[in-house]
Amino acid sequence: MREGARERILGRVRTALGRMPGEGAPEPPAYELVVRGPGPGPERVRLFVERFEALAGKAHMVGSAAEAGAKAREIVAGRSVVAVEHEVVRAAGVMEWDGDVRHGFATGEELRRACAECAVGITSTSYALADTGTLVAMAGPGEPRLASLLPPVHIALVPEAVILAGIEELLLRVPEPDEGTSSMVFITGPSRTADIEQILVRGVHGPGEIHAIVIV
Amino acid sequence: MKGQSSVPQAGIESTLGDARLQLAIYTATGRLIDHRKKAVSEEALPDYQELRRIAHELKRHTIENLDYYLAQVERKVAERGGKVVYCEDGAEVSRFVLELARARGERLVVKSKSMTTEEIHLNEALESGQVEAVETDLGEYLLQLAHERPYHIVAPALHKTRYDVADILTGSLGVERETEPEKQTKIARGVLREKFLEAGIGITGANFVVAGSGAVVVVENEGNARLSSSAPRIHIAVAGIEKLIPRARDLAVFLKLLGRSATGQALSVYTSFLAGARREGEADGPEEFYLVLLDNGRSKLLADRDKRESLYCIRCGACLNHCPVYRKIGGHNYPWIYSGPIGAIITPQFHGVEQDPWLPFASSLCGACAEVCPVKIDIPKVLLKLRAEVTASGARGGTERRVFRVWAWVMAHPWWYGVLGKMAAALSPRPAGGGWVNKLPGWMAVGPLGSWLKERDLPPPAEQSFRSQWERRRRGA
Repeated sequence: MREGARERILGRVRTALGRMPGEGAPEPPAYELVVRGPGPGPERVRLFVERFEALAGKAHMVGSAAEAGAKAREIVAGRSVVAVEHEVVRAAGVMEWDGDVRHGFATGEELRRACAECAVGITSTSYALADTGTLVAMAGPGEPRLASLLPPVHIALVPEAVILAGIEELLLRVPEPDEGTSSMVFITGPSRTADIEQILVRGVHGPGEIHAIVIV
Repeated sequence: MKGQSSVPQAGIESTLGDARLQLAIYTATGRLIDHRKKAVSEEALPDYQELRRIAHELKRHTIENLDYYLAQVERKVAERGGKVVYCEDGAEVSRFVLELARARGERLVVKSKSMTTEEIHLNEALESGQVEAVETDLGEYLLQLAHERPYHIVAPALHKTRYDVADILTGSLGVERETEPEKQTKIARGVLREKFLEAGIGITGANFVVAGSGAVVVVENEGNARLSSSAPRIHIAVAGIEKLIPRARDLAVFLKLLGRSATGQALSVYTSFLAGARREGEADGPEEFYLVLLDNGRSKLLADRDKRESLYCIRCGACLNHCPVYRKIGGHNYPWIYSGPIGAIITPQFHGVEQDPWLPFASSLCGACAEVCPVKIDIPKVLLKLRAEVTASGARGGTERRVFRVWAWVMAHPWWYGVLGKMAAALSPRPAGGGWVNKLPGWMAVGPLGSWLKERDLPPPAEQSFRSQWERRRRGA
């Protein structure tokens, strides 16, 4: 059955292209990744906030991790929370809140259940992209995939230092994303669909409400 | 599958005669046209043309060295703890999935939108193997319930109204009738949420396969591809062998073009870059990762230097939106799941030009498709090549060839040209008051000429032909 499919397909490809088995390839076409837009600083933060909000995200600027915690708590308004094990989230004091705050899971199954049941997911972010208002979530020990996906509300804590100009700067800084993580996700606004009569509906499968608390 | 098809006259006429459907197609594609236009404008993306050029070059480079990049991605995926599975056709893909499901004891598959799996009818094959496969993109889910194929590459349920959707949901799920899209979406979300958490296998497509990273890139707005690739224990990505790009950095080019060309978004809501299964220390994600690389006819397209451009396509759907033919006849009158201009060039190449000989001719060659293609596929050029092949195969074009042979003879014989020109002018109807000719005498309104003129008006013949005016002028009259 499938045995031999590889050889047959590669064989046809080589014949069609007139290439030999094991033949190398020239370098891919050269071009430069140009980083545009404001450099690090308040203007870049402003651009990120503007673009993030243009996509119906809600951005909040705070001066410290503690303030970020207070802001998050205000948004959560007593609802159940799943929080990721990340230093920024910890510094914001989320784990010390009283009420239903779940974190530090012994098994993947527990984590999964918490993400499926809680109203709000609080995460950090590996990077943010100013020109598209994007959060970049790289899965890792402190960054599960489901915390920013299953709860209907997502709150991301964004230290100013992780805000980059755009995708070019990200890929210059992390040219081989696969080396550090098995999953890098760009999140650009709340989950949405326009599949019925092109009418925009938010929160189809992912969060319909997304907040970025920028710590400057 | 085999057997020559002819123009789906009845289907086209019913689409043209359906005012509601015409409006739906026209407004949906019109909106996508506007959004794209803004997103690639000088202010929004000053280097748009440069990006298109680079994207074309990158695709050309990858396709021309495809065996090299296939070997590379295979190695890289293995390094990342995943496995590449080559499949010749749909039967092999479904056999692979069914065997895996059986071996792991899984009975439920969640699927995110993928044209490649539509192409091979994966859902039906899985169902007949006792594995339930659920589409999770909202539009695709509705179409699965309605047993229909996608109407548009990007907006699959473009032809459905909220009332159609209400019928589908109540009919299939037995829920109370609901006509608000927001509430309808909630209903679907609720049903599908359970499926995501229950399913053991998630199948996604891949917008790009990054050879140098051993990663697949999946672009979407709803979050269902993220769920399909991260909630179940096993993730299978199904991609055509042409989906490869060399390096992660090339995404800076392709992602900037894809979202903008498809829906006018600078980036789609979710772009997932997935390199293998969950790693040591990662809290969640699939335990097993498979990348299925499907040929299903693609390697046939490689041999011809011009036609192989068809494999550069990144499935943005912009050519459909801008095509005057697609905008009238819609998506279901094309013979295969790929509709519009891109469908018109890839369908004959996958299935053989003899099968749908009319398809390359269903175009006015206006060139709008090539103008908006983010990877600069010269669709009209490929259409012309295919037309030549159809004609050479004898499947079509006999009448045309005879007409042009007569025409060529007449053009080469000036005396006959003059005589026949005068005859045509004398026979041509002359509406009173010098208006356009929009009615033909009965004896003229027959055959190919009749049907050609049925949709067209002609200017009235001139009082004096160009040749006689020229003659007069030369004599100094």
